[in-house]
Amino acid sequence: MTDVSAAFLIALKDLRMRVRDRSAIMLAIVVPLGLAAIFSLIFGPAATPSPFAYAVADQDHSAISRSFRTDVLTSLEDDGIATVRGMDAADARAAVRDGDLDAAFIFPAGFATSVESQAPAQIDVVGSVDAATATDVARSVATSYTEGLNAVRVAVAAVAHGSDTPSPSPDQLREIADQTVAAVSPVRIRDISAQAHVLDTKTFFAAGMAVFFLMFTVQFGVSSLIEERSEGTLSRLLAAPVRRTAILVGKLLTSIALGVISLTVLVVATSLLLGATWGNPLGVALLIVAGVLAATGITSVVASFAKTPEQAGSWQAVVAVTLGLLGGAFFPIQQTGSVMATLSLVTPHAWFFRGLGSLAGGGAVLNVLPAVAALLVIAALTGALAWRRIARVVAP
Amino acid sequence: MLRCTDLHKSYGSLKAVDGISFEIRAGETYGLLGPNGAGKTTVISIIAGVLEADTGAVALEGLPMGPSALDAKALIGYVPQDVALYPDLTARENLRFFASLYKLDRAEAKARVAEVLDVVGLSERADEQVKKYSGGMKRRLNIAVGLIHRPQLLILDEPTVGVDPQSRNSILDSIEALSSEGMAVLYTTHYMEEAERLCDRVGIVDLGHMIAEGPPRALTAELGQAEHIMLEAEGDLTRVVAAVDALPLVGRTTRDEGVVDVLVTDAESALPAVMQAAMGAGASIRSVTVQEPDLEVVFLHLTGKRLRD
Repeated sequence: MTDVSAAFLIALKDLRMRVRDRSAIMLAIVVPLGLAAIFSLIFGPAATPSPFAYAVADQDHSAISRSFRTDVLTSLEDDGIATVRGMDAADARAAVRDGDLDAAFIFPAGFATSVESQAPAQIDVVGSVDAATATDVARSVATSYTEGLNAVRVAVAAVAHGSDTPSPSPDQLREIADQTVAAVSPVRIRDISAQAHVLDTKTFFAAGMAVFFLMFTVQFGVSSLIEERSEGTLSRLLAAPVRRTAILVGKLLTSIALGVISLTVLVVATSLLLGATWGNPLGVALLIVAGVLAATGITSVVASFAKTPEQAGSWQAVVAVTLGLLGGAFFPIQQTGSVMATLSLVTPHAWFFRGLGSLAGGGAVLNVLPAVAALLVIAALTGALAWRRIARVVAP
Repeated sequence: MLRCTDLHKSYGSLKAVDGISFEIRAGETYGLLGPNGAGKTTVISIIAGVLEADTGAVALEGLPMGPSALDAKALIGYVPQDVALYPDLTARENLRFFASLYKLDRAEAKARVAEVLDVVGLSERADEQVKKYSGGMKRRLNIAVGLIHRPQLLILDEPTVGVDPQSRNSILDSIEALSSEGMAVLYTTHYMEEAERLCDRVGIVDLGHMIAEGPPRALTAELGQAEHIMLEAEGDLTRVVAAVDALPLVGRTTRDEGVVDVLVTDAESALPAVMQAAMGAGASIRSVTVQEPDLEVVFLHLTGKRLRD
């Protein structure tokens, strides 16, 4: 018998046992799905963001600044993303400071002139410290718009300096610029969501519960090695004509299979039942595999320090809850912009969310690769340590 | 079939096995006798390839045995002391799982599972989860797993511990049947009556050493015509032992909690003097038992301790 087939036999046996005692099904599928549904019902309406409160302070009074107000921000209002008021710059800053506004766009005087004269030009965005997401979105909107203007500026410059055409007059240039600005596509909410990495409420809770309970689900594999030792079946496996590495690989396979099945079922179920939108299927699949490997590595390290199955279960629960809280499984800690958001990056949860965020709003598979790479690094580091330690359990 | 040569195994400063050597011939039932903690389980764990000896060698049919010796392991059926089964699986699923680990193909495994279930009398309840079994049924299934691949050597580590008398008899009957079919059996126990019933030869182990070896009858015969008087008594038993041991008819006197063991050549003629000496030393005698020589007496004679200590 090859090591691979022995490992598969052991994994299949473990999976059959887990299915039969139903604890794995409860922890891997039923409980996270139920909690995701409950949280979505309770927090869904409240967590659905009320429109961001923005203001525009137009000190430039140009066609360009008016176009931003009428074309770009109006589209946000039409989509229910934001409410927009006009006010002067000082009032806007004060309103942001007082928390009456989430963010304000300030067009400085001479903005259009700067654009037309190839000089540096920027829209000032003033954001409230209490409205990190709204400020991020405002910055994204402003950035998108100025990038569009830059493209126009390059186009106009190309026309102005074309060798075969007489140089246009300043009025003609202004007209060309105004026409082109009017043709700049308004910024759509899909673009903004992708840049701000924001998950909708249902997807957030579905992902949060899935990744939180993943830490409990994958523990069944490696913990069962400790269980087999305490129940005496390990000595029987060790006496069988099977290599010890095959036993370890079998246990890891059990964890990985349980994790992948659990997350896959949850992704499909929350999409169908709760309306969660996970994003590109291939990207989600990559995240699932990398996330499961990272979770398996971490729980294996924890289990390797335990002497009894009960000890392993308790320690793994503590680690799962701590990482879940720190990683933002219950609230979007990544969007707070705080130190905690940075700290959360030591958890697989944070990278899982980051990966999903990069897929939100139609993000491409390539966008998810940094998060996948980070998860694989966590998996490799913890997996190597776990292997060294759990190999002692089966040492002769 | 099996040759163990000068096995040593220590755990820190504790020498669990200290220079044990023995052989088992094909078709022979060999008993490894000794009290708890004597080193029996360590010896058979080394033989089964679960543990590795610090020094010494085990060879099975000429193949060296060790944790990585997969060919040699395939020849052994190992029945650990604890019930080593998966409680959420049925008996049939447990057996099929181990049959696949021992490379039995599907058809062969199916047939063999039915056979061993029949041997241990569990065919009727083969598709019930093991967690619903009684202790005795689990013990029988525990043995069945060890038999699943038709091993040449079956190792049984105290298979009747904690078993009711009916299941115990059933287990002993099964082992006798297997032995009669030509399977070599290595049997550890601290129940001397089991060893006497089953074993062609026994090795007596104490504190990691082999202190005696041979057929049970030969070992008891070495004690001569000795008989064993057991006095259950109260009082200063140290004084009682000294008084009885001074009698000329007495070979050896030991005490074990409330019991004084007296080894004599002829119990009938020695008993009055022994009783008189004991009562003279202040003992209040509650019961007297005279026992024929057996392995228990042999062990007591060799070590001054009871096997069940």
